[in-house]
Amino acid sequence: MSAPERGGETTYLEAIRQGLWEEMQADDSVFMLGEDIGLYGGAFKVTDGFLDRFGEHRIIDTPISEGAIIGAAVGAALMGMRPVAEMQFIDFMSCGFDMLTNVAAKNRYRWGAAVPIVVRGPAGGGVRGGPFHSGQAESYYAHTAGLKVVCPATAYDAKGLIKAAIRDDDPVIYQEHKYLYRRIKEDLPDEDFVVPLGSARIARPGRDLSIVTYAAMVHVALEAAEELAADGAEVEVVDLRSLVPFDEETVLTSVARTGKAIVLHEAPRTGGFGAEIAATIAEKAFEYLEAPIVRVTAPDTPVPYSPPLEDHYLPGKSDVLEITRRLLGY
Amino acid sequence: MPDSSAVASGTPEIVVPDDLVIERTEHLDLYWYMLLNRRLEERLVNLYRQGRVVGGVYRSLGQEAESVGTAYALRDGDYMSPLIRNLGSILVKGVEPVDILKQYMAKGTGPSGGKDLNVHFGDLEHDFIGPVSMLGDMISVIAGVALAARIRSEDLVCMTYIGDGGFSTGAAHEGWNLICAQQLPVILVAEDNCYAYSTPTPIQMGNRDMVDRAPGYGCAGEQVDGNDVLQSYAAARRAVDRARGGGGPTLIEVKTYRRKGHAEHDDQRYVPEGEIEQWEALDPIDRYHRYVLSAGIVTAEQVEMIEAKVGAQLDEAVAEAEAAPMPDPKSVLEGVWSTPRWPHPHPNFHDFSQEIGH
Repeated sequence: MSAPERGGETTYLEAIRQGLWEEMQADDSVFMLGEDIGLYGGAFKVTDGFLDRFGEHRIIDTPISEGAIIGAAVGAALMGMRPVAEMQFIDFMSCGFDMLTNVAAKNRYRWGAAVPIVVRGPAGGGVRGGPFHSGQAESYYAHTAGLKVVCPATAYDAKGLIKAAIRDDDPVIYQEHKYLYRRIKEDLPDEDFVVPLGSARIARPGRDLSIVTYAAMVHVALEAAEELAADGAEVEVVDLRSLVPFDEETVLTSVARTGKAIVLHEAPRTGGFGAEIAATIAEKAFEYLEAPIVRVTAPDTPVPYSPPLEDHYLPGKSDVLEITRRLLGY
Repeated sequence: MPDSSAVASGTPEIVVPDDLVIERTEHLDLYWYMLLNRRLEERLVNLYRQGRVVGGVYRSLGQEAESVGTAYALRDGDYMSPLIRNLGSILVKGVEPVDILKQYMAKGTGPSGGKDLNVHFGDLEHDFIGPVSMLGDMISVIAGVALAARIRSEDLVCMTYIGDGGFSTGAAHEGWNLICAQQLPVILVAEDNCYAYSTPTPIQMGNRDMVDRAPGYGCAGEQVDGNDVLQSYAAARRAVDRARGGGGPTLIEVKTYRRKGHAEHDDQRYVPEGEIEQWEALDPIDRYHRYVLSAGIVTAEQVEMIEAKVGAQLDEAVAEAEAAPMPDPKSVLEGVWSTPRWPHPHPNFHDFSQEIGH
């Protein structure tokens, strides 16, 4: 496969590919390591063609060891490189949990040396992947001081954020949503662009209620908002884009304007990042609230396999519609 | 006595390896670093007993030869990541005793500003990447150093350490397997010091010798008496030369003995009576002392001068470390990320947490 075209109608997956390619082209210190990323081009073909262009020293097929992949990325980063480590599925990042949370996350704090690594991979459900290929891992890592966590929802952001993540001086977990890989596309600019970490986006403006969300759930929120518009309700959708850093100002300003907030995410409820968002709103925008902050999330279960089970598990448009209607009438 | 005595107690004297090429000044270096290692630890123990080292002190008494000997085979620009007991290796790489002291004493001007303990810090100017407590992790990290060097076509060899306990971790296996799969220029010094905290080596692993794992990994392997600094150095030299020449990784097993407990609080009740004394007879500094004297490398007066010089250097370092300030409590918040966690504080929204200073 040849070099990715820049610009034009681009899928979410192709946008990530473009971003990676461009950063590797622009900066010799960027390299990639992971399982099956070279000869095979990655389980989802994100790195297809990279081995031919960049060679086996910069596109490294590793043994099956997320710990060694992340650990080696840390070591290379200490030497001034900017490694991008691929997790074949984000669920397997748990096998490198120690390396991420103890070695990568704490190094700058412990002795001042930056660890500019990106650990990226496909997350999320809706593809019948079952309990080990469907997870959302953001809360484990958002809880760990020293890591940054990015969850793009659009092709534009997928490209702009992977480039920003690679250029960032901290370890960044870049969670791709595999349901979106080939299902969404948009026209991307021809010129170089990045999306800075820590900048949320108003995906749809509205004045009656704010839905604060990220990743694939942005699209669920937008669908619900569209349907509610027919009833005359104006729902604002805030797409966080990155959880760490967290763009508190955009969230609080939105909620202060609408007075009502739903926090929507695909990960399970307890200890999910939504709890952090809700707590922030409650602490800092209490006097603007006209209704309780409500979380719409997956239940506290593993992600199930069978379609009726997974469809029930994932928060959907109908869940958002029901809660939004109740809150609008509160 | 645990099995590693089979190697270490072969003879109470130094065995000069056939292929050893060493200058007199290098002999003096080896002696200097072993002595500095031991005396610095003795100072740390005193400071610990005075309550001025607030964390644990992890002694390497009896293991100085293998740390110093192996690290001495590296040259400037070769990276090294030690374990907690490889103080000698760290000193060989050029890290100053005063920095070690400040770090143990939790000083604000120490290498980690009081944020981490003992040898848990890095000093990239001295090609030193300190360990974390999770054993085995640094093997993958050092693999990354070697990969970076390969990408940049830099001529660089790496060395890291693992113990008889740490080699039981998945991290150790995963890291060493990556290094062997990529045939990286890395030396793994596997230290059998007979105990992992209180657990003796025979119930740590099914095989008696860690060197037996080398063929399984597809790397070169060698076993030496870790209480003999010349054997440790010579083995490391062979491995470093092999790595630099493109011959790939080597696992060197050093047989040694940890004469102190896991840390100063450990009463060693699990050690059979008489065992420590048997190993005391194989003390690596005593052995080397006898050798350099009998081989005419130094005179007794010169040895005394080295001892006095080490003492004077440590007097100065201890004084400087004691005078160093403790960290400013507010620095606890500094250095986690390169950019703020909450990038856009907004004056319109009152933050109650600010009232407690966080």
